[in-house]
Amino acid sequence: MEKQDKTAAIRAIIQRGKRWDFLFASIGLLCLAFGLLTVLILVGRMGVEGIERLSLDFFINFPSRRAANAGILSAWVGSLLVMLVTALAAVPLGVGAGVYLEEYAKRNWMTDIIEINITNLAAVPSIVYGLLALGIFVYQFGLGGSILSAGLTLALLILPIVIVATREAIRAIPGAMREGSMALGATKWQTVRYHILPYSMPGILTGVIIGLARAIGETAPIITIGALTFIAFLPPVPFVEGAGLFDWVMSPFTVMPIQMFNWTSRPEEAFQANAGAAGFVLVVMTLGMNALAIWLRYRLRKNIKW
Amino acid sequence: MTNTHHPHPVKAEARQLSFYYGETRALKLINMPLYENQVTALIGPSGCGKSTFLRCFNRMHDLYPGNRYEGEISFNPDSTNLLDPEVDPIEVRMRIGMVFQKPNPFPKTIFENVAYGLRVRGERNRRTLDDKVEQALKDAALWGEVKDRLKDMAFNLSGGQQQRLCIARALATDPELLLFDEPTSALDPIATASIEELMHDLKKRVTILIVTHNMQQAARISDHTAYMYLGELIEFGKTDEIFIKPRDKRTEDYITGRLS
Repeated sequence: MEKQDKTAAIRAIIQRGKRWDFLFASIGLLCLAFGLLTVLILVGRMGVEGIERLSLDFFINFPSRRAANAGILSAWVGSLLVMLVTALAAVPLGVGAGVYLEEYAKRNWMTDIIEINITNLAAVPSIVYGLLALGIFVYQFGLGGSILSAGLTLALLILPIVIVATREAIRAIPGAMREGSMALGATKWQTVRYHILPYSMPGILTGVIIGLARAIGETAPIITIGALTFIAFLPPVPFVEGAGLFDWVMSPFTVMPIQMFNWTSRPEEAFQANAGAAGFVLVVMTLGMNALAIWLRYRLRKNIKW
Repeated sequence: MTNTHHPHPVKAEARQLSFYYGETRALKLINMPLYENQVTALIGPSGCGKSTFLRCFNRMHDLYPGNRYEGEISFNPDSTNLLDPEVDPIEVRMRIGMVFQKPNPFPKTIFENVAYGLRVRGERNRRTLDDKVEQALKDAALWGEVKDRLKDMAFNLSGGQQQRLCIARALATDPELLLFDEPTSALDPIATASIEELMHDLKKRVTILIVTHNMQQAARISDHTAYMYLGELIEFGKTDEIFIKPRDKRTEDYITGRLS
């Protein structure tokens, strides 16, 4: 009899515990649904609004005064080229800085301060980078409102992301790998070259792509350095019509978010559809980059186990 | 310590060796020889400093800040002081190989693991690499098991095979001294037996220093044994003598299991 009471009491306690389980699971699900639904509705609305405009013509037409003829050719080409410059500048700088901080720098108050500052840099509003770039790249170096200026500006913006991703990826490598390499007589650089860099590559690539996905949507700093809002030509193609290999970097340009902004500020209803379509393309581009990051990480990690 | 006539010349000798982790003194005035082509075992309870001592030989402590050596380890035939700050630790590690407690193959192919030490030394010739990798794998008694899968990733091997791969990796560069830091503590008894057998064969060509927490293992494989306690070398001698009639009470307590 007494034993049965005890069992019943235990079951009651478990029941009470499980009620909380259920309650929390429900609340959590609601929170999740709220976030997901908001994004879905936003993207969905843009898609619905812009669907009529999403055709091949939209991608191969320059912007135009007539909404029905306007396209995003100069915008997506601009975005792509700016991203290329950004990646080429941010990857070596960020990875170099990250490797130095993790593998070479001595641990002292100086590195602590640098570390805190890098983390803080990631939180600096992007318009501030725009102002900095206006002063340095556009006027001081005389690069003007070019693809190069924009690429370097966005590279500065994502540099902290790349550095932090590099450092975290390096920290995830077991000390046994480093010791194993050094015990065979390898120098620090050989260890970095043959072990640290290859093993941290998945993490670094993920960080770089996430950084680029952020940069591709940036508007404020690009407007600050003087990107055009209406542009009906493409940067010079290398070796065509006498253009040099790198002439395109000095070309004026526009990017996707600026094109969008331009269209949303037009009074005509028809341009809103264009903006919706461009926004949808931009979101797809960003999601595509994130998907690429996930896929690359998966592919590269398959061959790394310890 | 043992100054009696010895058929094996001294390969290395620690003299008045002390070691500090920051302010903590982990080794106290150790004097001990290592004889050429002999297996010397370091035994003692956890935290007695045996791994710390072993890692002095290839200057592994240099990888971390705040570590300090005192005294010297003289390395023959050229009586280089391994601990001399003027002596490049990389040069030391090129002459002295190491096998770790947990097998730590690189996440690369079997071939690349063994070839790594050679590549670090600038070897580019494909034929030489192939030959030396094959020889090292044969010396580590692994060739038969992996010869058809040299391009496989090393982590696909079993634990014991991984450890033999790490031994092959260390052997490929022809070290003069091989350090083993509890090489079988992560392995099952069968894999352990194969590693012990391997060590027995290896001592013909290389001097071996091994840390082990397993006294039976020390008794089985070593020619000399050193008992360490609280950072001090308590007793060093021929393994038979240490295990049959230890001179020091503390050694006797430890090997008879009264102190662990």
